[in-house]
Amino acid sequence: MIRFFAGLIGLFFSGMLLLALFDTVYLGITEPAEETAEHKFYEYPKDVSFAHDGPFGTYDRAQLQRGLKVYEAVCAACHSLNLVAFRNFEDLGYSEEQVKAIASNWLPTGGEVPSINPDTGEPSTRPALPTDTIPSPYANDVAARAANNNALPPDLSLITKARKNGTAYVYSLLSGYTDQEGYKNDAGEELLKEFPDAAAGAGLYFNPYFKNLNIAMAPPLSEGVVTFDDGSPATVDAMSKDVAAFLAWTAEPKMEVRKKTGWAALVFLLIFTILAYMSYRTIWANQKH
Amino acid sequence: MSFPWAQEYKPKHPLMQWFDERLPLPRLVYNSVGAGYPTPRNLNYFWNFGSLAGLALVIQIVTGVVLAMHYYSTVDGAFNSVEHIMRNVNSGWLIRYAHMNGASFFFIVVYIHMFRGLYFGSYKAPREMIWLLGVVIFLLMMATGFLGYVLPWGQMSFWAAQVITGFFSAIPLVGEPLRQWLLGGFAPDQATLSRFFSLHYLLPFVIAGVIILHIWALHIPGSSNPTGVPVKKEEDTVPFHPYYTAKDGFGVGVFLIAFVIMTFFAPNFMGHPDNYIPANPLSTPAHIVPEWYYWPFYAILRAFTVDFGIPFTGIVIIPAKLMGVLAMFGSILLFFFLPWLDTSPVRSGHYRPLFKKFFWFGLIPSVIILSICGVMEATTTWLILAQISGAYYFAHFLIILPLISRIEKPLPLPGSITEAVTGKPLKEAAA
Repeated sequence: MIRFFAGLIGLFFSGMLLLALFDTVYLGITEPAEETAEHKFYEYPKDVSFAHDGPFGTYDRAQLQRGLKVYEAVCAACHSLNLVAFRNFEDLGYSEEQVKAIASNWLPTGGEVPSINPDTGEPSTRPALPTDTIPSPYANDVAARAANNNALPPDLSLITKARKNGTAYVYSLLSGYTDQEGYKNDAGEELLKEFPDAAAGAGLYFNPYFKNLNIAMAPPLSEGVVTFDDGSPATVDAMSKDVAAFLAWTAEPKMEVRKKTGWAALVFLLIFTILAYMSYRTIWANQKH
Repeated sequence: MSFPWAQEYKPKHPLMQWFDERLPLPRLVYNSVGAGYPTPRNLNYFWNFGSLAGLALVIQIVTGVVLAMHYYSTVDGAFNSVEHIMRNVNSGWLIRYAHMNGASFFFIVVYIHMFRGLYFGSYKAPREMIWLLGVVIFLLMMATGFLGYVLPWGQMSFWAAQVITGFFSAIPLVGEPLRQWLLGGFAPDQATLSRFFSLHYLLPFVIAGVIILHIWALHIPGSSNPTGVPVKKEEDTVPFHPYYTAKDGFGVGVFLIAFVIMTFFAPNFMGHPDNYIPANPLSTPAHIVPEWYYWPFYAILRAFTVDFGIPFTGIVIIPAKLMGVLAMFGSILLFFFLPWLDTSPVRSGHYRPLFKKFFWFGLIPSVIILSICGVMEATTTWLILAQISGAYYFAHFLIILPLISRIEKPLPLPGSITEAVTGKPLKEAAA
């Protein structure tokens, strides 16, 4: 009886799926999916390597410091970094004194963070301390949208983990702005000829590394927008890479200790497993199995 | 229970004797995983995965209890509390990544454990109850995994809660009220998060309870083995300890190496980037996908695209959405009937030529293809593949398995486990 009903249910489900299959094939032929501009012209992040890649990789402190400088001078005008505190910058190789100086001179807010006037209770500001998180450039999301053509600049703390292949994505996006006029993909097709509707509207900028090709962020970097203390060249490409590395650190500040711990655990487990295997073989030595 | 030649517990230390007389806990352990449990001597490495699943549950409970000490189950605080654990709690990143990857590894070992059961016919008499309890554990694991995925309150968390509870709204009449009752509101919100946290903490202990029943039921007939031939004499068995404790120890080492590699060197490989974006009810992700261990079932859900009704009249009896939900649950619930669908007396797939063909060239590819379909966007190609493999999946368990059990001519079985191992027949001692 069970088998009879099971057979009926099986016939029903399998039959409905085969019916659905005919429907899918029919629709696939009569109404083929239209190719979209995003589909044909989106570019995957560029191949780029960082010092922190791979199981032994560690952050390049000098690069992170350069990235912080670019973030402070450029990105921080619009993007917050809510999950990072000034004190965390000690991990980038700064001393306690230097961190205090960074906090009290924080460019986008003039070294101030929002506070409450202790006498009147009115909103006010006070000098930033190392324990403060990086202050947001806007009072709230509404203010952020109002200042940015209704687009909300995302918080960057986790951005490299919140995008596929995120570090390479940030690098590619920042260095990937190009003229939309006459833009061709690898197959040689011209975007605006194939999809005239894909033209960037007002307040949008073409960038093939962005999912829908037109992004609300104006090209943020231009050559020489910052001057690095170590004399590194401030090209768009170099700055994009430095900022991407810096944001990899903000997203994963414990990466170095994680890899180090991982190696210690692996060495321990390797010895454990070899010993376990040997005792297994010894115990079973006289037992055919 | 057990075999007459099972060794009896004889406490060596007077303290253990004192303890055992008052509470025979040492005896229970000795008879369950000690020298008092005679186990077939021919178990292969597939038999390691039961104990590994137990280890995975322990890892999840230990890491989970610590995470709960630092986690806030509020819609405003949940996401940041997870990041607080990652950044400020001592070794919090380790606990959190171990818990996150531990869930995946729990499913990996349980899927291999289930594969073992399916191929070697472990669900057949007299072991039906072990199998049924195993299916209950699997269902509880799926519920727990889903509840836990919602807790960080990222984009995928929120939208997974939205989509999964949406299944219930497909039920006629009571569907929508039922969904609201489950969520505690019209959409996932604070009430949802609080209850999901509470249940996510509860269910692992329920799982532990059912595992005790699972192991209890196992010790009635004893372990099955790769030949499927029952244990006949003492030569067929070895005491669980030290033989299988040693072998399991080696298995634990290999499992932990794989676990450590993922947790420390690719901790986010099995996650989804969107879950590092805080939940936003106003922005639907372009492509909502569940965790990898739900992919085949998600593919079955989406494969049903046609309403069931009376042709040319427009009368719909079962809408496509409801059918997808029924099929998705059905694809798991059918495991409850498996012991009575596969009626072949031969347990092991080794000795079943026809079963083996359908298993390797039908079931395994269809499950793999369904998994891939579950993560891909539902374009025509992937939909077609999901529909073909889904149709096979149901046909395999509900039609093919009962049929081949009738027509198949199994290969000759070895006379005993000892014969299969040594090539020499078991000595028939005078009874």
